[in-house]
Amino acid sequence: MATELGPTPVKSPASGGTPVHHGPKGVGEDNKILSQGKWASWLLAPTVIALAMVIVYPIISAIVMSFQKDAGLDPVTGLFTAGGPAGVQNYVNWIAQQCAAPGGGTVACPPGTLGAQFWSATATTFLFTVITVTFETILGFWMAMIMARTFKGRSLVRAAVLVPWAIPTAVTAQLWLFIFAFEGIANNLFNASILWTGSEWPAKWAVIIADTWKTTPFMALLILAGLQMIPAEVYEAAKVDGATAWQRFRLITLPLVKPALMVAVLFRTLDALRMFDLPYILTGGANNTTTLSILVINQIRQGFNAAAALSTITFIIIFIVAFIFVRFLGANVVEQSGATGKGKK
Amino acid sequence: MSTGTALRAEQDRGRKASQNREKWAQGRTYISAAVILIWCLAPAYWMVVTAFREVGFTYDTSLLPTHVTLDNFITAFDTSFGNRFGQALINSIFIGVTVTVISLLIGVFAAYALARLNFRFKYLVLGFILGASMFPGVALITPLFQLFTNIGWMGTYQALIIPNISFVLPLTVYTMTSFFREMPWELEESARVDGCTQGQAFRKVIMPLAAPAIFTTAILAFISSWNEFLIASQLSSDATQPVTVAIASFAGAQPNQIPYTAIMAAGTIVTIPLVILVLVFQRKIVAGLTAGAVK
Repeated sequence: MATELGPTPVKSPASGGTPVHHGPKGVGEDNKILSQGKWASWLLAPTVIALAMVIVYPIISAIVMSFQKDAGLDPVTGLFTAGGPAGVQNYVNWIAQQCAAPGGGTVACPPGTLGAQFWSATATTFLFTVITVTFETILGFWMAMIMARTFKGRSLVRAAVLVPWAIPTAVTAQLWLFIFAFEGIANNLFNASILWTGSEWPAKWAVIIADTWKTTPFMALLILAGLQMIPAEVYEAAKVDGATAWQRFRLITLPLVKPALMVAVLFRTLDALRMFDLPYILTGGANNTTTLSILVINQIRQGFNAAAALSTITFIIIFIVAFIFVRFLGANVVEQSGATGKGKK
Repeated sequence: MSTGTALRAEQDRGRKASQNREKWAQGRTYISAAVILIWCLAPAYWMVVTAFREVGFTYDTSLLPTHVTLDNFITAFDTSFGNRFGQALINSIFIGVTVTVISLLIGVFAAYALARLNFRFKYLVLGFILGASMFPGVALITPLFQLFTNIGWMGTYQALIIPNISFVLPLTVYTMTSFFREMPWELEESARVDGCTQGQAFRKVIMPLAAPAIFTTAILAFISSWNEFLIASQLSSDATQPVTVAIASFAGAQPNQIPYTAIMAAGTIVTIPLVILVLVFQRKIVAGLTAGAVK
């Protein structure tokens, strides 16, 4: 993809090794790094300060908040109870699905309250993530393989896949709500009479289908970019050696596209774990389509501090998943996009 | 002689077989391409068809445009049911442009440093920025909700712009970093040899060359701000809500009837400019989208 951006004479795709753009090395290298370091810190300062203000500060204050009690009215006495330090009580309440009981202590949250939805929201979030990412990977891979071939109208296809990506998610949700309406086109085309947003599994499938439609193009483009890094000669050589199409796919395509694929899957997984817009608008979180993000948003108006605890739990879950990807599945994001780490591994 | 003919016939047959196989493969490619086209475009097409359909025929299921009208576009801008779509469009443009400009102004320097300079902790910074772009919006919303309530910023433009920077800025930095790494930096060296300072070389040589990369990044930044919903749905007021929020909560004349045709018209209005932008700059956009992930 990068080749479109102008002449880059010293580029060595996939052959590894050579860092491309480097100042002259040798004498004075240490000095150079030192002075560049000073330059770099000036240039990076605005970004780092801005991100510290808009990300690091809110996170820290969310964590601080999550250890505070929510002020509110005591359900029994009707008196205002002040906040104050809560220890890990907010976290325990979510995980054990406990709610504050009248007169102190906790009881199991009654069904239907937000507190009783933690595990079902977690399960829904993971269900959506696993199914959509699986579909998107398979479909995206297939689309990328098609788009990598040469045929008339290829640029039309490549342009078309950008359309779902460009439509705002809020619009996508309304569009699919209309498609899945009882008298809508989906029921009409498939001669069905399903109340798509009326019961659990149809509602879940509506979200899954809409999400897959919206985000498969992104996956396909990332995988396509990976496919295009594989030199054609490798395939030619394999053909000469008598490798079948399946062997070429399994032994050349898959391993060579794997780094790009892993990054694409990682990006999509983290994105799916924070899914909000689509179920929020499409189903309103009804029928067990409430994701963790929706639960946090619903909780905000009932108590900041409990919401902060839940958003911190969500953050930790996403962080753990990202860690597993990077550590055990070899998704090397920084290196993939790293300046000089090209081709290593 | 006869063996020669037989051999030639054999070769002909072989060639024909492989030609057939190629034709068959080509045919399958076209079928697959058609499936992709339909899958990607059919729902969008349905949105546009519905946008141009008379309200009374909302659930008409004929696939070709029928009962064509422009009324829905007028209804979309109608404020009598409490919708403020026109205002929301202005808000979205204002928020999007502000966020994009701020992110580019700040991010361009960081991208230059990350692409060009060698320094310690480079990967740490890069990792931090990438991590920031993957950050769940809900983790920010709770403290911001409380903070903005306390200082009276709820429903203001700055309350929408500042959180947007948290995910647009990282995107800007890492897209531009990958673009910058591919630029012909030898020219910078030449400018320095000719007596420019590093700052001058950056302004006079690199900036003009970097313009397409910066422009593409700006489009991506604007789109991601334009599409933002979560934060805006919580922190905006009726006066400052962006289009995504306006469309999600679009009300009709009857409270229990969703005005789909008007919503599809509104959806078409917010989508068409993006789709045109994306199609015109298709190659650059794809390069920008995949820049961070594949090198």
